[in-house]
Formats: sequence, C-alpha cells, structure tokens
Amino acid sequence: MTSVAQTAQSPASQTLDVRRIREAFPLLARTIGGKPLVYLDNAATTQKPQPVLDTLSRYYAAENANIHRGVYQLSQNATQAYEGARAKVAAFLNAAEPAEIIFTRNATEGINLVAQTFGRWQVGEGDDVVISTMEHHSNIVPWQMLCEEKGARLRVVPITDAGELMIDELASMLGPRTKLVSIVHMSNSLGTINPVRQVVELAHAQNIPVLIDGSQAAYHMAVDVQAIGCDFYVVTGHKLYGPTGIGALYGQRRWLEAMPPYQGGGDMISSVTFEHTTYNKVPHKFEAGTPHIAGAIGLGAAVDFIQGVGFEAIADHERRLLDYATDALLGVPGLRLIGTARKKASILSFVLDGVHAHDIGTIVDTEGVAIRTGHHCTQPVMDRFGVPATARASLAMYNTVEEIDQLVATLTKVRGIFG
Amino acid sequence: MSDLRELYQEVILDHNRSPRNFGPLEDADLQADGHNPLCGDRLSIAVKVDDGVVTDVRFQGSGCAISQASASLMTEGIKGKTLVEARALFDRFHRLVTDQTAPADDPALGKLNVFAGVRDYPARVKCAILAWHTLRAAVDDSHEAVSTE
Ligand SMILES: Cc1ncc(COP(=O)(O)O)c(C=O)c1O
Repeated sequence: MTSVAQTAQSPASQTLDVRRIREAFPLLARTIGGKPLVYLDNAATTQKPQPVLDTLSRYYAAENANIHRGVYQLSQNATQAYEGARAKVAAFLNAAEPAEIIFTRNATEGINLVAQTFGRWQVGEGDDVVISTMEHHSNIVPWQMLCEEKGARLRVVPITDAGELMIDELASMLGPRTKLVSIVHMSNSLGTINPVRQVVELAHAQNIPVLIDGSQAAYHMAVDVQAIGCDFYVVTGHKLYGPTGIGALYGQRRWLEAMPPYQGGGDMISSVTFEHTTYNKVPHKFEAGTPHIAGAIGLGAAVDFIQGVGFEAIADHERRLLDYATDALLGVPGLRLIGTARKKASILSFVLDGVHAHDIGTIVDTEGVAIRTGHHCTQPVMDRFGVPATARASLAMYNTVEEIDQLVATLTKVRGIFG
Repeated sequence: MSDLRELYQEVILDHNRSPRNFGPLEDADLQADGHNPLCGDRLSIAVKVDDGVVTDVRFQGSGCAISQASASLMTEGIKGKTLVEARALFDRFHRLVTDQTAPADDPALGKLNVFAGVRDYPARVKCAILAWHTLRAAVDDSHEAVSTE
C-alpha cells in the first residue's frame, strides 16, 4: 500500500494529508438527510478504508476456502492469508511471536476468554480481581461473573475529578490475594490514557498478571505489548478501521501454554477419541471452530493501512484536532467537559447546562453530525461524575477542523432551541 | 430547523423546564419505576386512586426533554380519569408517536398531541413512551382492575 502520509524524509514528516485520507474512506462521502456526514462517533466504531473493503471482497470472490484442513491449493492459500494476518497483528502490537495472538470476535470476547480460562484457573475463593472505575462494561461484567462464581472480590480503583486513575490507590489494593489487574489503556468515555507501564510494574512487583484493554488506544497510538510488559492485551477490529466480528487477544506464551482451552470443537484439538482429547498447540487451542477468516484477513489489511499512514502522523493530527475541539467546545455557553486528564486523546465527552445529552444527539443529527449520547457502556463513570449521560465526540485520523466547526455550530443551534 | 420545531414544540420545552406534578406523593396507592437504559432516563410515578379514578399523580426522575415533558403532560392528562380511560389514552398516545398514518390531532389526546412530531424520530419514541409504560407497570402490578377489554 502506498503511504498516505508524507514520507519520513520530508521535513513535514508528521503532517498528514487529511483530504487524501478521507478519499480512502468511501462512507465519509455520503450525506445524511441531504447534509454531508460529520462522523464523530469513532470511539463506537471507525469507518473502513477501501483497501479493507477490497480485501474482504477479494477474499470472498477469489480466495475463500476453509483453513487448516485442505491439502488443496485454495485452502493452503487461505490458511497462509489467515496466518499472515496473525503475523501482521503480532507485529502491530509488537508481540514476541504470532502465536501469542488469538483471534476473537471482539475485545469483549478477548476479555471473556481470559476470565473463563486464566480466571477460572487462577482465581479462587477470597481472591481479588482489580479493575478501575473507568472500565467499559466489557471489562467489568466478565470479572463480576467470575468473582460471583468463585467467591472472589472485585476491587475498583477510583478516579479523580479529572478522570485520572488514582495510581496510589491501585498500589495499595494489590496484595497476595490479587490474582489479576485488568485496566483500560485509554478510556472510551473520558479519553484518559492510563499509565499502563506503571500499572504493570506495580503489579509485577508482586507477581500479579495484568490485562490491558486496548480497544480505544490501539487506533490512536503505537502499542508495544512487550514495552508495556502486560500479560494480556485486547483489541477489537472494528475500531481499528477493520471489519466487525474480529478482534485479537495478545497473551504471553507462558500463560497461553498453561491456560485451559476456552471453547471445545474443531481446530482446537490435535486428536480426539471418546476417551481422551489432546488439545492443539497455541494459539489454535483457543480458536475452536471455523474462525472469521475474512475478518482476520481484513484486519490484517486494516493494520497495514494504519501503519501506512503511521502513528506519528495520526497522533499529531489527532492531537491538533483535540486541542482545537477542546477550545472550540469550551466556547459554547454552559458546556462542561467530562474527562480532563492531562494525558488524553481524541475523546470529548461533555454535558450542556439544561439540555439532556439525548436531545443534543437528536438535534445535531439533523445537521448530519453523528455523535454518541448516553453512558457509553461506562455507567460507573456516569455515576462518578453525577451525570445521567454525556454527549461524546470522538475523533479519528480522517476528521477535520471544519467538522469540529460544524459540531460547534450545531451545538449553538441546540442552545437556540433550549435557550 | 422547521422539523426540529415539530419535535421540540414550545409546550414540550416549557414542560421540560418546569415540569408539572413533579415530586414525591405521600400515601400513593400505585407506584412504579421506569428506566430507559439506552439513554439513562429514569422515572418514578406514583398514583392515588379512589374508586378506580386517578385522584392524584406525581412523578420524579431525570431524563431528556421529551421524556420529562411526556411525564409532565401525562400526569395532567390522566388526573380525574378512570384507570380504564387512562389505559385507553395510553393506546392512543402510543399510536400518535409511532404510527405515521395516525391523525396528529386526536381530539381525545388534547394537549398530548404536541408529541406527534416524535413519530419522525424513531430513536426518540422510547423517550416519549417511558412515562406511560411506567404508569402501566404501576397499574398492572397492583390489583386495580384496568383491563376491561
Ligand atoms: C474501552 C473499551 N473496551 C471494550 C470495548 C468493547 O469492544 P467490543 O464491543 O468491540 O468488544 C469498547 C468498545 O465499545 C471500548 O471502548
């Protein structure tokens, strides 16, 4: 793929040609009720670039076969493409080897997999699992279910008024009964980027493994799981400019080897008799049944696309947009930002005096502006800030300053209606 | 802009700003809580019934303008009505906000017709109807006979 960002040698190496980027995303050209779409709900899902769409249709039109079974060429090629995608995702996250990447349906399944395998094996009665107030429901409920089953305790690290993790509180919660720490890398409702390396250091000092939920972080910044040092890391393809229905779990090999399998079925075995089944090796042990082959290959194309643009360029562009949007939104009378961490990215959650988020969402939609309103699957965050819901604009590499202006103009219209 | 004004009618904005019959109700005969998990709207409705007639009704809670105004106007609309009449109003209201072919000026609904614009915003039907569902839950959970169909 040709790079959409300027080449590294050019002096303006960090600038990103947003007009060219946008051309790669066909959906961005559409209108909503006659108005150009302003898509600002990227934290929910990102749009898909043409190379991903092409990869999916090419796979089904010319390359489709089941994997890991046929000796015929078509199946061999499909297997190579699928395993090639695994290698791409491994490189994207800087895993030590492709076998440390397990394809899942999404981030949610990645977390559930760890809860059901590692968790059921390691967590017992009286043990602790540590999460934080800012977790997505998908990093709360699987642990709640596990703790309920095992008689274990779910402990929650509080956050500050700015939406930052209270790291000292986290440190004080860790102890011999702590069996896992599971923390979000970047909050989807606050934008906070957590000091995950520090979290891992604190936990590892007491031999406690750490899962990091990278659903949001992975499309805004370069992730290096080895540098973070985490034991597990989950991502979800549809937020990585890739297809829905595909995600990935990174797990250190030593854990994956030791963990019991997740689901039983084809592909996860090496031999089956009615008396005894031996499981396949890592990572196949965790991928029962025919996987989302096209999705995995599409995800491979998506990470190629992201790397073609480059995280330096993406982060720089998104940082400027975030700064611009923060200033612009604070100029709207009665607007309050929820989530003002010193380290944050690409997410602007806000409330407007006297106007419920849901009304904001409806009104801006009539101008083609798509933002999310509600609790963003983080009800404890809403409770923490004492709001029933927020409106949330979330940015991606293809958003523009003009789109921020459009958002602000429609918010002014909201003020016009509600006074 | 014009169609947004269809949704956010002045009456709705007014009832959102200053909801009527808002607050607790002592010695209520019927009570239910309603929750719209998608947007976080929460309502609690309390009713006093005498001989099958709604003698008082009040609500509490928080939510969007549509859900607040709907609760407020509902309390006005059902006070003095029998539970059977209230149930009939619910059905008419439901039609008003969901059915594109229903008249937008049902005489039986009176002031409640301001919600006709909701039918063009399917995502907001749940907001408009929450108070009514909550009312129905309050009645159904009780032993007050409403169903006479
Ligand atoms: C921080 C975070 N974690 C987990 C998820 C769950 O992702 P998915 O629904 O793709 O499993 C999301 C997405 O909504 C998220 O933002």
